[in-house]
Parts: sequence; structure tokens; C-alpha cells
Amino acid sequence: MSVLVIEPTFEVAEYGRWAVMRVTGEIDMATAPRLRQHVQTVTARKPAGLVLDLDRVDFIDSTGLGVMVGAAKRMRMIDGGFRIVCSQNHLIHLFEITRLNEVFDLYESLEEALTSVEGVTVDGAGNPDGVAT
Amino acid sequence: MSENFDIEIPPAFEHLAMVRSVLSTALEAESVLKEERLQDLRLALSEAITNAIEAHNRSGTEATVRIRITVANTKVTVRVTDQGDGFDPSKLKKHPPVTDPERLEFERGLGVTLMRRLTDSCTITQTKKGTTVTLVVQR
Repeated sequence: MSVLVIEPTFEVAEYGRWAVMRVTGEIDMATAPRLRQHVQTVTARKPAGLVLDLDRVDFIDSTGLGVMVGAAKRMRMIDGGFRIVCSQNHLIHLFEITRLNEVFDLYESLEEALTSVEGVTVDGAGNPDGVAT
Repeated sequence: MSENFDIEIPPAFEHLAMVRSVLSTALEAESVLKEERLQDLRLALSEAITNAIEAHNRSGTEATVRIRITVANTKVTVRVTDQGDGFDPSKLKKHPPVTDPERLEFERGLGVTLMRRLTDSCTITQTKKGTTVTLVVQR
């Protein structure tokens, strides 16, 4: 039997003094340590804020949610912002039943998440202007 | 009438995605569950297997974790059976309220909550040989 296993990817870009991490694939106990490692690397640079873009994430389990709790804690320790981009219904449902939607700031798009962030401009197509790192 | 799908996996987390994929394939074929309920069951199953693998790792056993998916006319039942050291869900540490800053100190411990909230029934049975988690979603 052959099965398709989607390996997650983690792309980081800078928008002003904020960092944006775009995550794809599936986050579970096997892959969450890699997400945690990337979050720790980014937060060690002490950005003014961190946005986790989950719009291309197909699956998140409780371990993945735990990494996000850890990320929120790290950003709070450096007085930074922490926002999550998430428009998929099943992920929003997950945040709601764990009530983590009351802990995290959730946004439907990256543009919306970066609204009011200092130094971020939006191009003619409505996309924020960033620098890949 | 019901149909069973049996899977055995070594106690390693890299097999989680494969089992979720098997569940999706088994249930998508005849649109057994609505997409939303399938997503719920995928997550609940993944949580149950994660706990089983952790139990095996704590016990140091290389024995396989067994999963049985049973599709019946009115419901889908998933059983995850391990041979680990077991755990008592009543002893799980309760999370502080979400409005409490201390909530951020808790990165783990949501798995059982999710299994219970995402299924119509979640039963955890312990024997001397291990633990069986039974998850049921009505069709």
C-alpha cells in the first residue's frame, strides 16, 4: 500500500520588524518538533511580532497547538505580538473547541494580520510587501 | 452489516500520517461521513494513536499498536489498542482558564479533550495488558 505523506514546510519572511512563518503540510507529533525548532529560531531574533500563517496547513493535532501556545509565550516574554492566519473551517473549529481562539489573535488573511503593523506596505494587488529570509 | 479495516503500526510517530490517510481512504470511498465529521475523526484517531505510541515508548516495548476501523450502517467505530503502561484520564492536570496568563504554561494535555469533543463517544478501557480507546462517530 502506498500512501501520500505530506511533509511540512516552513518559510519565513520579514515584514517590517515582524516575522511571518508560512507553514504547509501536516503538523502532528512527528513533525511538531520541526515547527517548534523553526519558531525558536525566529523568536530568538526578537522580532516585534510573529505571524503564523496556517492557511496551507492540512492538519494540526494537539501537539501542534501546543507549539503555538509555546510560541505565544515566547513572544509575550519579549513583549512581541503573536497572530495566526487561519481561514479553514476545520482549523477554526479546532481553536474554538479548545477555546484557544480566546488566547490567540486569529485573522482570515495575511493582509489582515499585518494591518496596522509599522513599516508594512500593501501592493496594488492587496498583498503585503515582505522580504524572504 | 459492517466492514473492518485492520492496521498495525510500530510505535513510532512517523506512522501517524499513514494511518490518517488510510482512514480517509476507507471512509471517502463511499462518502461514509461528511467531510467535517471525517476531519474530526481523523484528529481524534491521531490523538489516540499518539497516546498509544507514547505509552509504548514509556514502557520500552516495541510491540505494535493495533487500529481497527469498523464501518457500520449507522456509525463508524475506531479502536486503538496499545500494550503500554496505561494512563488514568481522571488524573490529567486541568488547564487554567483561557483568560489566565498561566494557560500559556500548558503546551500538552489537550489530546483527551479533543478525542471527547470531536466524537459522539470516546471510551478509554484499561486492562493489565494495555489500553483500548474506542471512538465512535454516528453516520
